[in-house]
Amino acid sequence: MSANQPSEHPVEDHGLLRFLTCGSVDDGKSTLIGRLLYDTKAILADTLSAIERTSQKRGVGAVDLSLLTDGLQAEREQGITIDVAYRYFSTGTRKYIIADAPGHEQYTRNMVTAASTANLAIILIDARKGMLTQTRRHSKLAALVGIPHLVVAINKMDLVDYSQEVFAKIKADYLAFAAKVGIDDVRFIPLSALNGDMIVERGAALAWYDGPTLLDILETAPAAHTERAEKFRFPVQTVCRPQDSANPELHDYRGFMGRVESGAIKVGDAVTVLPSGRQSTVKAVQIGGVDIGEAGTEQSVTLLLADEIDISRGDMIVKTLEAPAAVKEIRATVCWLAETPLDRARTYLIRHTTRDAKAKLTGIDHRLDVNTLENLPADKLAMNDIAEVSFKLAQPLFVDPYSENRATGAFIVIDESNNNTVGAGMIL
Amino acid sequence: MTQRSTLPHLDWLEAEAIHIMREVAGQCANPALLFSGGKDSICMLRLAEKAFRPGRFPFPLLHIDTGHNYREVVDFRDRRAAELGERLIVRSVEDSMRRGTVVLKHESESRNKHQSVTLLEAIEEFGFDCCIGGARRDEEKARAKERIMSFRDEFGQWDPKNQRPELWNLYNARSHKGENIRAFPISNWTEMDVWQYIERENLELPSIYFAHHRPVVIRGGAIVPVNVPLVSGELTNLPKAGEEIVSRQVRFRTVGDISCTAPVESEADTVAKIVLETASTTITERGATRLDDQTSDASMEQRKKEGYF
Repeated sequence: MSANQPSEHPVEDHGLLRFLTCGSVDDGKSTLIGRLLYDTKAILADTLSAIERTSQKRGVGAVDLSLLTDGLQAEREQGITIDVAYRYFSTGTRKYIIADAPGHEQYTRNMVTAASTANLAIILIDARKGMLTQTRRHSKLAALVGIPHLVVAINKMDLVDYSQEVFAKIKADYLAFAAKVGIDDVRFIPLSALNGDMIVERGAALAWYDGPTLLDILETAPAAHTERAEKFRFPVQTVCRPQDSANPELHDYRGFMGRVESGAIKVGDAVTVLPSGRQSTVKAVQIGGVDIGEAGTEQSVTLLLADEIDISRGDMIVKTLEAPAAVKEIRATVCWLAETPLDRARTYLIRHTTRDAKAKLTGIDHRLDVNTLENLPADKLAMNDIAEVSFKLAQPLFVDPYSENRATGAFIVIDESNNNTVGAGMIL
Repeated sequence: MTQRSTLPHLDWLEAEAIHIMREVAGQCANPALLFSGGKDSICMLRLAEKAFRPGRFPFPLLHIDTGHNYREVVDFRDRRAAELGERLIVRSVEDSMRRGTVVLKHESESRNKHQSVTLLEAIEEFGFDCCIGGARRDEEKARAKERIMSFRDEFGQWDPKNQRPELWNLYNARSHKGENIRAFPISNWTEMDVWQYIERENLELPSIYFAHHRPVVIRGGAIVPVNVPLVSGELTNLPKAGEEIVSRQVRFRTVGDISCTAPVESEADTVAKIVLETASTTITERGATRLDDQTSDASMEQRKKEGYF
């Protein structure tokens, strides 16, 4: 049965924004997320009645919106968040993915994980406490992972009588700090997640604040990771050769399948294939075998080239005049993710785009103390450590600095003994 | 410098899902795509077409049949696989019952959770190193923390405290022999996204997703379909003594084992009407319709630890 007719109410589509919330339970982070979900009507009646029951069971008077983000059994037992959780809501014009990362120091790795896919971070500050060590830590990590937009949400304004002076003081403190660590795109907003002031509704208590609400900021933030024009990078994931097809026209079909990680491509563009260095031009750009002529960043497509070139997974197609560096040594900022510390004697696997290379540590330049933000000498890397290190590689990788290109500047480190992902790296 | 354009949300979600499916194809030696004939897996087939056509899918379709599936859905499953020209493997919970590896507590116990056993048996039989599924993180809170590439040990178990960190779009689908990856390309989709995608792509669905009249009883507040014909023609879900059978206009929001899927009252007989109804509904997808998830707050988490999808 086919019963599809176009919707009567087409709405403008502003794409999808992925953002991260940083803070601890004490800052009201869970309440803030609960409030966003609740006020945008992402919470449905049965979920609400379930958290009403739980609120009563735990002796909380009003409905505790923080319970909306309660996760796994173990976390509920301990009353803390352990792992990154993803939440969804939509305003009709834009879809949102929230990465909710726990705030404690020992969860640096979770924050780095959550930040890796986010384009905006909300840093929560308790208005009564002002800037704390964790505020600096979260901001530094957000900057390190290259989140382009920061929003400092000064929460619990209801507990400081909605004081404009308190807000102004915290804002000045933060700006002084931001200048030192190189954060430039930052916005400030006073709010009360508990009462819902300045989240979705303005409320009446913050009349002195004439800036946008939190949702206004989210609705208008650029959804793309960068507004700069980027170089075309197309790591090949898999090759389509439907030789066994009954259709003779497909016997010579060679489709190179991948995602446009950055830049754009169209039919006729001159391209180079790495590592072979062979050159050709784009004959077709397709999705599912259908010609689309051109493709932009983040589209998953199939490229056909004018010349018969041997290309396989792990190769990269780039525009001829803007090839990345092919390197067998990299210097990178690495966050160690595993309980087992990095072992200098061992060989690891580095996965960069769709390419793997054996790698060995050659040196640790320094470690970052995430609380004091000082660089310290270090000779080992343990879980949650962040350090500048060097690796030598058995096979070349085609890299850009992470600050220029998130997709070709990032890599993960894999321990081949158990296949765990043990490190996250950003190329300097 | 020109400003970079951004994709509309469905295009973004589609591109992400295609990328994930191709990562499975690139990293795994012997994957399978779980296909039940339900709406999420119907979206998965369209995504696989966009990812791999004009080639064949680099995986067979696999369905774990409880033997208690709606006839309309089973027919649809077989027809769709044939239209696509892809290989469909069906393994049945009833075979596991005959082998004695699944033992029901009583005749009418839901077979839904027992699919885990049959799935693990199928994984072993064919040596699958990855199963691609249409689960979404918005369905249930244990899923909200699951990775897109989710590692399972030799017993198919999910350990929520020991998941691989997943950064950027660098997916780690590596496994040793006997271990298994579950890949979820539409993790980031919501029920609304699925319906919007079905509408946009003009995807055909089994008829029971649209408003229709059927005999039901009202049991514990839920609408329970009764006298449902199985593929064999035999009727299942017989009413209990004293229950009054009434006819209601309903549609299904999720489709699974007959014993644990309840419909909702609805007049929505087109996808466009379902999209509007989904936008204004006040009850979650599973809350209203899955009789098995409500047992306790943690029931999905528990089943996943035991190897459930």
